[in-house]
Amino acid sequence: MDSPESKVWNGLFWVIQLFVCINAVAKSFLQESRGRMLYYYSITSPSNFVLAKLLFNSILMLIMSLLSLLLFTLFLGNPLEKAAQFIGLVLLGGWSLSLIFTFLAAIAAKAQQNAAIMAVLGFPIIIPQLLLLMKLSNAAFAPLLTISATTVLLLIALDIMVILLAVILFPFLWKD
Amino acid sequence: MTEAKNYMYRPWWKITGVLLLIYTFIAGLLLKVPALPALQETIRNLYFHVCMWFAMMILFTVSVVNAIRYLRNLDIKYDIYARQFAIVGIVFGILGYITGAIWASYTWADPNKPVYNSFSSIARDPKLIGAAIALLVYFAYLILRDSIQDIDKKARISSVYNIFAYTMLFPAIWILPRILPSLHPGNEGNPALDVKNDISGNMRMVFYPAVIGWTLLGVWITTLKIRISLLIEKKLTS
Repeated sequence: MDSPESKVWNGLFWVIQLFVCINAVAKSFLQESRGRMLYYYSITSPSNFVLAKLLFNSILMLIMSLLSLLLFTLFLGNPLEKAAQFIGLVLLGGWSLSLIFTFLAAIAAKAQQNAAIMAVLGFPIIIPQLLLLMKLSNAAFAPLLTISATTVLLLIALDIMVILLAVILFPFLWKD
Repeated sequence: MTEAKNYMYRPWWKITGVLLLIYTFIAGLLLKVPALPALQETIRNLYFHVCMWFAMMILFTVSVVNAIRYLRNLDIKYDIYARQFAIVGIVFGILGYITGAIWASYTWADPNKPVYNSFSSIARDPKLIGAAIALLVYFAYLILRDSIQDIDKKARISSVYNIFAYTMLFPAIWILPRILPSLHPGNEGNPALDVKNDISGNMRMVFYPAVIGWTLLGVWITTLKIRISLLIEKKLTS
């Protein structure tokens, strides 16, 4: 059986990452029981709570990203020319995805909705970042293309902005 | 704010808006325009298509400002403002799409083939995707609003989403199209605002009043919707 072309491989990989992230991160807020939230409410402040959630989901997503990368290379072949750079991008992308979906999961959980509303809220917001990540990681498949440092910095800046927004906005979701 | 002081009830800016739009239609369709290759007379669409996106962005910005004001004051009035500005912003976005589609069918589409054959290459343009994302975000905002029953909770959660989405979205749609290759004009610098080499002085005399006129029209429509919502709110609480 042939392994897919590098562009297809790349696109497939990021789409899978997106769905992995939605399913992994959604659990974090949607599965908390009312009693446990009340307990958190009594022991910690909202910004500490959301920072802890962001940290946990980031680590979870980094592990999941590496795992799916491993499975991809095992099952679909390895078209990577610059493996180290691609792994870096995968970690960065996983981190971006996890941050955004953590905050959206917090919103969706407050709206007492299932994971479906999280996908509705999240897809339009995540598409620009996914486009950037796909464009960046395309360079990892061709030996002559270089990964643009400004775009990487832009993604990191966006991630930092998500963390700041989460810290600022989460207190409004927290108090009921 | 008392009724006498609130600009929402004043007529002068509505009259200004209507006069500017009358000027836009007359001058925009009659004044001389530079005959550029591929564009020719379709360049007059600039006064309509680009203005729709300007008005949309301004209305969305007003919406997010009102969401911030709601979170600071917890006054339900600001939530009504934020919602209505978002809705009218979506309407302007859809109008922007329609005017853009008409324009693209004359300039981007391959004249030797039926228009729909060029669709797949046009629809993949990053600026079109960006605009679609902007509209989807605000559709999601409306869906989120309608999925919550409690009024205060609805206002608080949707304000939080409004602020989050706006801050994530606007860097994305301003920066992204400049990084990815695009057919759409305005990849270098600010689309339509580049004074030196974008549009001729003659056109700017129509374009800037047109932006203000369309925006004022959008604000007028929004204030009418806000006033209806405020009356309904008053009736419910009295």
